[in-house]
Amino acid sequence: MRSDFDHQLNRLKQEMLAMGMHCEKAISQAAQALLDGNASLSEALPQLQENIKHREREIESSCLQLLLRQQPVARDLRMVSAALKMVTDLERIGDQAGDIAEIVKMGNIRGNYTQLPLQQMVEATIKMVNDAIDAFSNQDEAKATAVIAYDDVVDSCFDEVKRKLVEILKEKEVLAEEIIDLLMIAKYLERIGDHAVNVAGWVLFSITGQIDANIT
Amino acid sequence: MSKTTATTTITTNSDQVPFFQVRRKLYNIIVRGFLRLTTLVTVGLLIFMIGYILINGLKHLTIPMLTTQSSYIEDTIGIFPNIMNTLYMILISMLIALPLGIGAAVYLNEYATNRRLVTTIEFAAETLTGIPSIVFGLVGMLVFIHLFGLKQGVLAGSLTLVMIILPTIIRTTQESLKSIPDDYRHGSLALGSGKWHMVRTVVLPSAMDGIVTGSILAIGRIVGESAALLFTAGFGLRLNSLFKSLQRSSASLTVALYVYVSERGEMEAGFAIAALLMLITLLLNFAATYFGNKLKKR
Amino acid sequence: MIINVQKLNLWYADNHALKDISMDVPRNQITALIGPSGCGKSTFLKTLNRMQDLNPIVRIEGEVWYNGNNIYDPKMDVTDLRKHIGMVFQKANPFPMSIYDNIAYGPRTHGIRARAKLDAIVEKALKDAAIWDEVKDRLRKPALSLSGGQQQRLCIARALAVEPDILLMDEATSALDPISTGRIEELVTQLKKKYTVIMVTHNMQQAVRISDQCAFFLLGELIEYSDTSTLFSTPTDKRTEDYITGRFG
Repeated sequence: MRSDFDHQLNRLKQEMLAMGMHCEKAISQAAQALLDGNASLSEALPQLQENIKHREREIESSCLQLLLRQQPVARDLRMVSAALKMVTDLERIGDQAGDIAEIVKMGNIRGNYTQLPLQQMVEATIKMVNDAIDAFSNQDEAKATAVIAYDDVVDSCFDEVKRKLVEILKEKEVLAEEIIDLLMIAKYLERIGDHAVNVAGWVLFSITGQIDANIT
Repeated sequence: MSKTTATTTITTNSDQVPFFQVRRKLYNIIVRGFLRLTTLVTVGLLIFMIGYILINGLKHLTIPMLTTQSSYIEDTIGIFPNIMNTLYMILISMLIALPLGIGAAVYLNEYATNRRLVTTIEFAAETLTGIPSIVFGLVGMLVFIHLFGLKQGVLAGSLTLVMIILPTIIRTTQESLKSIPDDYRHGSLALGSGKWHMVRTVVLPSAMDGIVTGSILAIGRIVGESAALLFTAGFGLRLNSLFKSLQRSSASLTVALYVYVSERGEMEAGFAIAALLMLITLLLNFAATYFGNKLKKR
Repeated sequence: MIINVQKLNLWYADNHALKDISMDVPRNQITALIGPSGCGKSTFLKTLNRMQDLNPIVRIEGEVWYNGNNIYDPKMDVTDLRKHIGMVFQKANPFPMSIYDNIAYGPRTHGIRARAKLDAIVEKALKDAAIWDEVKDRLRKPALSLSGGQQQRLCIARALAVEPDILLMDEATSALDPISTGRIEELVTQLKKKYTVIMVTHNMQQAVRISDQCAFFLLGELIEYSDTSTLFSTPTDKRTEDYITGRFG
């Protein structure tokens, strides 16, 4: 029964997975440019962002088609509407990865800041996005909850970055732009974490029907 | 699940086709010819009978004959008393049979819960319609005249007629009741009607076409009945008032026909009555169809 | 709560068709009963105005409380009960009489004879059923000359003419085209201001569109009963979920 509908829902999950993978790729490309101090590593990023945007539109239209033609109820309705909300957050994640790459490209960051936990933030956000999408496609409540909890890691990293940047400012003479850019990059990574929390929140909604308080 | 469409190809042996075709054609022609012949014979007989009776009867069916009674002195034949007797019998037997028959039909169809009893009664009614009317006459004579002490007359005759037409009225009413959708009944009950209110206001009005048709058919049966009346209504040819005729020997039109033809050899009077009966029957049949359709359309 | 059902059981001869149904129906709301064919939803509906009594093989146990009376109390006056709990059937069933007489049928049954009063009742019922404008010029015409959708609204008007509290609707739009169905749905949502509507429907989208409460029946049991948006967004029972998402059986 409803095998065609089930097939379409599966395809929606596949599309979500693919979009999530593109977002992870965008984060990792931006991060690589940042961590290796080589702006050319993110040259493919605008193309990737375009791709993500395109996927967002496609998923939106297939969700609307499903709503129109299948008039889903219960978990089907929740899954389709969750997908509609999730793509917005995923698209923002792609944007923010692009913003990071832009900052790197401006070339203000010259020094070596290995004392900042930026690498850790990058890994954490990639993991969060990956797990959130995974939780969606497997309808895994525990995993989605874990993603939301994991945001604490990103948040504390961000606080650490902030603190350390203040210390650096106090200790030595550095370019103010460099510090501001680093702070912004950290903020973007922290925002990516928030968007991943939103995605996980909608995954929880699609499973339980409850709207999570962490969704912003 | 995928559907597969099977295509069948019919191969025919071209040598055999003409043979089959010829045989089939010939067969068709013979059958059609035979069927035409049977129809022709039937219709022919019918037209011959109607024509024969009307031609021989209508010329003797005069106004004086219709409006007077027979007179030995003037040696005239008048069938007015017989027309009246027939009307009396229609009136009385319908007065008794209609309430009884409709009541029984309503009970059987709307109230009775014992299916076995209902089917038994239906079967009995069905059987009664097939019994020769002379048997009814005999029973009527034994019961109404010998047992109850009635005299030969319109009353005993009408009571016998009631026995004859009652099954017809019950059956036609019942058929009509059965054809009324339960939706009407439920609709009425759901508005808070009691059962009898529902029957009276929705069921019976809707069954009116069947009741009227059944009544007209019953009247036809009364007009055409003779054998059962020989023993019960008698042969009297004198005009009486309705009340007096009840207990006085009174011949209906059909009985009068029998009397004039077989006992007096008055063939002309016989044909005249026959023509009149035929006209009445035709009229009743038209009326039955007309009212049936008209009420059904409502 | 206008109706309170407690442990209602119903048997068709040996067939246990309703099993321990308990539910409350709130006043001035639309309550939809859904479920697959043969699940008992129509059977249940007909227990509420004791139309099941018409079937001699039916046996009923349990209580249905309405206005402080158990309607299965032997002292209950069924005629009076059905005056308060009206019913509209799956197939429009106007009587073979005029539009006016159809509407006046119920009031006349309950003893109203005065012409002026009947006129007023007929007009009000037809207006409440949103069909007045279509029929006001031909009240004396046979009701059967109306279209299917009009006939069904006429039947609703006929039920309203006895001023019931509750209107039971047994798949009242299943035989109608989408436009007539839409009209009746709109009408029903209007009616809930004055009446309580309990409806059986095979059309789940219809239940979603117009009902406030929704009860899911399966194999003679009440599986789940909650407000409609909850039932259709987050059902708690797996069987409800399977049925409403079309993955039943």
